[in-house]
Amino acid sequence: MNRPRFAPYLFLLPFTILFLLFLVAPIGVAIWNSLHATKSSGLGFGTARTVFVGVENYTRAFRDSDFVTGFGRVALFGAVQVPFMMVVAAGLALLFDSAVLKAKRFFQFAVFLPYAVPGVIAALLWGFLYQPSVSPVIGWMRDVGIDVNLLAPGTVLWSIANVAVWSNTGINMIILYTALQSVPREMYESARIDGAGQFRIAWSIKLPMIAPALVLTTLSSIIGTLQLFGEPQVLKSITSNIPSDYTPNMSVYAAATLGQNENLSSAMAVILGAVTLAVSLIVLRLTNRRTMVAEDAA
Amino acid sequence: MPRNSRTAAGDRGSTGWTIAVTAAMVLVSLYFLVPVAWLAVASTKSNGDLFTTPGFSFAAFHLWDNIAELSRYDGGIFWRWAANSVIYSVLGSIATTLVSALTGYALAMYRFRGRKLVMGVILGSMLIPGTVIAQPTYVLLVDLGLNNTYAGLLLPALVYPFGVLLCYVYAQSSVPFSLVEAARLDGASELRIFASIGLRLMTSGLVTVTLFAFLGSWNSYLLPLLVLTDQELMPLTVGLTGWNQASITIPALQTLTIIGSLLSVVPVAAVFVFLQRFWRAGLTAGGIRF
Repeated sequence: MNRPRFAPYLFLLPFTILFLLFLVAPIGVAIWNSLHATKSSGLGFGTARTVFVGVENYTRAFRDSDFVTGFGRVALFGAVQVPFMMVVAAGLALLFDSAVLKAKRFFQFAVFLPYAVPGVIAALLWGFLYQPSVSPVIGWMRDVGIDVNLLAPGTVLWSIANVAVWSNTGINMIILYTALQSVPREMYESARIDGAGQFRIAWSIKLPMIAPALVLTTLSSIIGTLQLFGEPQVLKSITSNIPSDYTPNMSVYAAATLGQNENLSSAMAVILGAVTLAVSLIVLRLTNRRTMVAEDAA
Repeated sequence: MPRNSRTAAGDRGSTGWTIAVTAAMVLVSLYFLVPVAWLAVASTKSNGDLFTTPGFSFAAFHLWDNIAELSRYDGGIFWRWAANSVIYSVLGSIATTLVSALTGYALAMYRFRGRKLVMGVILGSMLIPGTVIAQPTYVLLVDLGLNNTYAGLLLPALVYPFGVLLCYVYAQSSVPFSLVEAARLDGASELRIFASIGLRLMTSGLVTVTLFAFLGSWNSYLLPLLVLTDQELMPLTVGLTGWNQASITIPALQTLTIIGSLLSVVPVAAVFVFLQRFWRAGLTAGGIRF
């Protein structure tokens, strides 16, 4: 057969062009920009020139304590929000997979509904529920004796985490649930005959069987946490406790828009990208080992 | 308790367990539904009642007035945003699916030099989050003269490595080589084989890719925020959050933001429930090889 020789390359052409233009080129632009700076010559009268400055933008980014603090903040956020959400999502998926629960369709719809709400709209919506002037929730909490400011410096991070949990539990639950559904039922039969209970089967058979799906969902949640932007950016307008460089991605945005410094912003974007990549690879490494151990045990 | 109580909670389910679990699930569902329910109730209130009446009790019914006011405000800009969101999401997701299908199909059905390399690059690029390259993409779009255009938002969204991966998996599992060979012997061109056999057999998987691409565009915020300064081109996410910000100085916008959010949530939720069967089947097919 001669014909298929060129066909695959033609098929790949559109994606390749778009990939180079909108993925490779932006990365190139970011790296180039991060190594240059705009300096006005003379007494500020001359035209601005672009000069090579080496790692100057990077040292400036690392010296920017707010930018660095942002990383600590999303790390803390992720350390709490991601495990919490994954445990809830996995628990719900196991429940939906078992026969204990009735009215599954309705409950699944309820859990999944927030996924149809764009993240920033969800933040806007919860924003209303966090404001004492309109929120019924704060009223209820006061009735049971909890008087809390959900937008205070110490609580606002967890108010953002709540929006993330609300928005993303559904999709993670669905992915884990579909993975569970594709596990052959015979896997459980022998365990049941051996006298294993539901919890034991869930823990030692079901969860190890869906380990790849667990890794996938956890990894994308971690990546999402590092990129945190929309939710805090929206809540920023109702509280002064979220500064414009609250998360690394907000710093990137603020440097480009408020600071009018494309070069510093690019350096920050490159750092954020590198950190994200490093964290992803570490997670994949660790879980690969874990998954194999689990497979050996099964 | 009898010793076999744990097995009794097995697949047939004992009543006690069912009641306890169902009660817990009702609470969980409340958590997920309450904000949307509040939105629905708040949408029926006038701006004054919003602050003076309890959150979950209805006041004077102002829903239609609010919608009318929403349609009037700023020359009906809300509907312009809604149309933009639909354009970005529908056009974008269809084009993204086609590009991904073409790529995934080629990777699955042909053996050619460089195939492994392309696969590796696509898999690796999945680890690069879109928002990190949003700012440089914006710089690039300005250089290309594409900022403040529909194309400026539509084109970058077409690069969807996860979609390519899904299409590759679907093509591999649902398009038999023998069928492609037979069509070749009949003299059909490669493109024709792709269009008439490949696309058809991959349909249920492609619906999944379309849905995810649709949601990606529908939810997209950072890139349009950077790329668009012309309000006529903005999607709902950017427009409504802009109103929310402005409502600090213009209180009337608070009601409009609420009713606007409700109207933007309902159709997508409906589509999602309606298409449940498709994306579930698609996820299962995609999940086999993860």
